[in-house]
Amino acid sequence: MADISLSAAAPVVPRRRFRWSTVVDHAILITGALIMFLPLLILVQTASTPDVETMKYGPGLYFGDQLDDNFRKALFEASGFSGENTGLAMFKNSMILGLGFAFGKIIIGMMAAYAIVYFRLRFATFAFWLIFTTLLLPLEVRILPSYEITQKLGLLNTYTGLIVPLIASATATFFFRQFFRSVPEELVEAARIDGAGPVKFFIDILVPLSQTMIAAMFIIMFVYGWNQYLWPTMVTTEEGMYTLVRGIKQIVQVLQGGNEIPEYGRANVLAIIAVLPPVAIVIFFQSWFVKGLTESDK
Amino acid sequence: MAQVTLDSVRKIYPNGVEAVTPASFQIKDGEFVVLVGPSGCGKSTLLRMIAGLEDITEGALCIGDNVVNTLDPADRDIAMVFQNYALYPHMTVRKNIAYGLKNRKTPKDVIAQKVDEAAKMLNLTDYLDRKPAQLSGGQRQRVAMGRAIVRDPALFLFDEPLSNLDAKLRNQMRIEIKALQRRLGVTSIYVTHDQVEAMTMADRIIVLNGGRIEQIGTPSEIYHNPASTFVASFMGAPPMNLVGAEMQDGTLSFAGLELPLASSMRGPVTLGLRPEDLIIDSHGPLAMEVELIEELGAHRLLHGQVDGQRLTVHLAKEEQVALGPLRLSCRVQNLCLFHPETGQRMDGGFAFNPAQTRTEERV
Repeated sequence: MADISLSAAAPVVPRRRFRWSTVVDHAILITGALIMFLPLLILVQTASTPDVETMKYGPGLYFGDQLDDNFRKALFEASGFSGENTGLAMFKNSMILGLGFAFGKIIIGMMAAYAIVYFRLRFATFAFWLIFTTLLLPLEVRILPSYEITQKLGLLNTYTGLIVPLIASATATFFFRQFFRSVPEELVEAARIDGAGPVKFFIDILVPLSQTMIAAMFIIMFVYGWNQYLWPTMVTTEEGMYTLVRGIKQIVQVLQGGNEIPEYGRANVLAIIAVLPPVAIVIFFQSWFVKGLTESDK
Repeated sequence: MAQVTLDSVRKIYPNGVEAVTPASFQIKDGEFVVLVGPSGCGKSTLLRMIAGLEDITEGALCIGDNVVNTLDPADRDIAMVFQNYALYPHMTVRKNIAYGLKNRKTPKDVIAQKVDEAAKMLNLTDYLDRKPAQLSGGQRQRVAMGRAIVRDPALFLFDEPLSNLDAKLRNQMRIEIKALQRRLGVTSIYVTHDQVEAMTMADRIIVLNGGRIEQIGTPSEIYHNPASTFVASFMGAPPMNLVGAEMQDGTLSFAGLELPLASSMRGPVTLGLRPEDLIIDSHGPLAMEVELIEELGAHRLLHGQVDGQRLTVHLAKEEQVALGPLRLSCRVQNLCLFHPETGQRMDGGFAFNPAQTRTEERV
């Protein structure tokens, strides 16, 4: 100990002073991290334990040996009546919803922002604020009319019905508008002199410039779409169209009326599968995400 | 290559501000014309109207023989170099230069050949596959030039292309641009607020102030024969000395200086004296109190007062001076007289009396 403190006190390297505040900071951070991490641990623990034990004792402190079995069941065995909602099918539905949602929102948001920023429209500002106020009208507020329209268009139990009613996005439009406004005016003028029309300018210049912004939007929107619960519950009644988030609930719920034990393990495996894609995407796009929202790459 | 004609071209912004009062001039084929003036004088607006980036409120603009008022920038056969380069940051140098050609559906092999030629001309061959962010300011400016020259336009437009460069690079690029323009022989319009750039590069200078053309002329005309106090004080570093003088009975008097002048005009006038036309002369009529000496190596600038009015004197490096009193005379043939209120030149028709010592006739 003496040696270490001596060498640390060498004149060249300033000795790092021990501070209680550092300890407190770290304690808070570690506690926070544990609180965030614990539910994930419980997920894995429950997923690996036989359902009977989970029923009897609740979440335990050791891992069981049922993980493989539960995984197989969750992925390949249907839980409903029709036999169509296997984990894999639900994963596919969720993926379509998440991707369709993200790409749709980005494309529409970008095009709306392009119109607002670059074209001399008579009521461009007014239109923008009109779009912006829709942030105050989330799905939950307009769910009945939205449902009615979707139903009348015969879009229940279709991917279109899942995605399109949610696709208009004030958030994406707003972010892209701010970004486009920061693109130097001269770039537009140089492109005009270079003979690039509105479409060419958008595709050749604006879209590549927006890469980081698109990546950031993609993360937010994908996760948002992936986690949708209320709308898929309303629009899909066929088990083949179920998404993961809604399927988990169903597994636990479907047998509760009877005298069988709910399949906790299987539901938790599905939960793990439901958590993975958003996590993977955030990890993959992380650096882009920060870049897209903070620095302008021009 | 083409001549450019502006006939009463005028710009009024939607908010009612008149940015350019009706301007008429003609630019000859192959000529290098510089629009110069302080910021907000309308020089950029004028250039952008010629480029087609700004609507023309009134008047006619011809490039070659065609009125191009309503044509798109892309159809005007022009190329423009911007102050902040305006390179496409996600494209390589090669793609940046080729983009305009690609949009015009030029065959691929022609594009490749033209890009290579331009790159060779601009010393960019080694940088063709880099992105603009990996280039220095001077190189970026050269890419912007390359983008302009591959198109073989009828007209080059430069919007303060050197303002973002440091002083040394600016001098170098100034010469490069001028040499390139000479070589290609393309009609060029160049906007700047830097009077040195204007003087050194232009075949003709157009001085603008407050949206109005103050004077059009060769650099030497503008310098030696300014049409107004504005031009006199804007062009030249240090600027022309402008002092209040008095005309009476055919004599112009300022401090101790008395000049017989063939004119019946009387009353106050503004007298313009270039700093290099003032000379140290122990018997000279002007008594100056030197307050500051600026050492510039090749020459020196004396700042001081004559009869309570500020004056700057340009001095060769051999001459010995000290702070304090000093007597001066001046080369009378280069004097300019301006109206004391409007600032307009008024000695156009007069001749200084050659009888006066140290006076030569000015034409």
